Amino acid sequence: MVPLWAYLLLSGFLFIVGVVGVATRRNALIIFMSIELMLNAVNLTFVAFSRFLHSLDGHVFVFFVMTVAAAEVVVGLAIIIALFRNMETVNVDEIHLLKG
Amino acid sequence: MSVTGTQLDWGGMAPFLLLTATALGTLLLDLFLSPRHRVRLAYLGLTGLLITMALLVHGFGGQERVVAEMLIVDDFSRFFHLVFLLIAALTILVSVKSVEQEGTHQGEYYTLVLFATLGMMVMASAADLIMVFLGLEALSIPLYILSGFLRGDVRSNESALKYLLLGAFASAFLLYGIAFLYGAVGSTRLKSIAAHLGHGAAWENPLVFLGVGLLLVGLAFKVAAVPFHMWLPDVYEGAPTPVTAFMIAGTKAAAFSALLRVFGTALSPLPPEWIPPLWVVALLTMGVGNIAALTQQSIKRMLAYSSIAHAGYLLVAVVAGTSRGFSSILFYLVVYAFMNLGAFAVIIALARQGEESPTLSSYAGLGFRHPVLAFSMAVFMFSLAGLPPTGGFMGKFYIFSAAVEADYVGLVIIAVVCSLISVFFYLRVVVVMYMEEPREGHSSPVLSPAILVTLFLATAAILQLGLLPAGVWDLAVRSVQSFWG
Repeated sequence: MVPLWAYLLLSGFLFIVGVVGVATRRNALIIFMSIELMLNAVNLTFVAFSRFLHSLDGHVFVFFVMTVAAAEVVVGLAIIIALFRNMETVNVDEIHLLKG
Repeated sequence: MSVTGTQLDWGGMAPFLLLTATALGTLLLDLFLSPRHRVRLAYLGLTGLLITMALLVHGFGGQERVVAEMLIVDDFSRFFHLVFLLIAALTILVSVKSVEQEGTHQGEYYTLVLFATLGMMVMASAADLIMVFLGLEALSIPLYILSGFLRGDVRSNESALKYLLLGAFASAFLLYGIAFLYGAVGSTRLKSIAAHLGHGAAWENPLVFLGVGLLLVGLAFKVAAVPFHMWLPDVYEGAPTPVTAFMIAGTKAAAFSALLRVFGTALSPLPPEWIPPLWVVALLTMGVGNIAALTQQSIKRMLAYSSIAHAGYLLVAVVAGTSRGFSSILFYLVVYAFMNLGAFAVIIALARQGEESPTLSSYAGLGFRHPVLAFSMAVFMFSLAGLPPTGGFMGKFYIFSAAVEADYVGLVIIAVVCSLISVFFYLRVVVVMYMEEPREGHSSPVLSPAILVTLFLATAAILQLGLLPAGVWDLAVRSVQSFWG
């Protein structure tokens, strides 16, 4: 059987890839995808723990995370489209009206 | 996890169900009303909020009820529920006019405010980390939409995008922390976590360390503690003004309610080596918030930075970690809600169409042009600065005295210095209003009854909390005792 640490290592790796993506990419859509990657790394952690602890709570949590992530994507894409209509860009470096 | 239909405590869920029904009612009724009559949706929302408040006041002091091991309804959550409902009601009052001017999507606006309020209530009642997460998202997702509500306005778009990206980023950290805690404890129930962490050895588990650390980072993002505060000024400046008022008062109270639940049950007692980092965060939050607010010209942005500073004062009480400290947070959040919503009611009353971010200079001579507005704004500024005889003074007094009792004298001295700095930029508003000549072309605005009611309520509440704080303070003490003996 694949040991628990392997799952944790993979999910930790995926989470860090997501964090690095958020920090370095400038396209709002790609940043958003990186955040989804982080959420899926969390899901993997939950499922792995759930399996090794023989408890169902982790599975339930994953369902909630997926549902919420779906809702967030709906709102997020709508916001990005509204922004694109007004500014014709989704590059976050060019979106800087608010500062001070 | 065992849930059966017959065991559900419907009485305990009643406030949540009532608010959900109101929110769905406004959404549904929006379809049948002609645009001219949609202002009635605001009154429907207000009625729902008032009935829910009456229900909570009636239940205050009653027994603790637990719904399906997920939601706790005790005096602590009742206190916070009342604060949230009050914030939502005042927000709806100050929104009516600007939402009406905006024209479209009136129903959605009120529905989203009500659903966000529901999310706050879930956070304050959370008995399980699942509920903390769900409440947080039920609060955040409507707010992402609301901050981008002016679809044609680029600033509003930008605010929504920044809020969404950083909010979702922070949620991922929070969730990762929850996942590790689950791995270490085997449950996400706050009580089980508390029982597991009760023996000090459990804290040496690296999973617990990672879990608590990431959980705290996620929560620090939500309360906008330095160094996780960068998103807040941009989001609050770009969002429509009534929405900013709602966020500034509501999300802060909700985030702190969840923070107190987590600290008070799951992480209590916190090992002493966790205190210094919190101490530093509280200090930085106060310092950065106040110093950045000094140089702001936009009044919305100034209040946004000041809200970071106020989060810092509240963190001082969290560091103190005593039951008295927690009570002072509850008291302060009530005052904080009134003074911010009041100040934003003035900003909304003075805002003219097309001018999104009013600067300080547009308040010149307000004392002569509009004595009522200027007087109430002065009261709110005095209270934000923490000067007697306002509620802001009493709030700070309770927080600082709790911290002194817990032997954090150094932190309190820094906090007092920070609030002295804040006097400068709050009173600058008063000086501009009363000592500068009014500019040409600034007509006196006609106040709508809704704004007048809000101003009256907020001013009266702040003066009352400043002069006779005992009633609310006793409630706050009793509420904290209900979940944390």
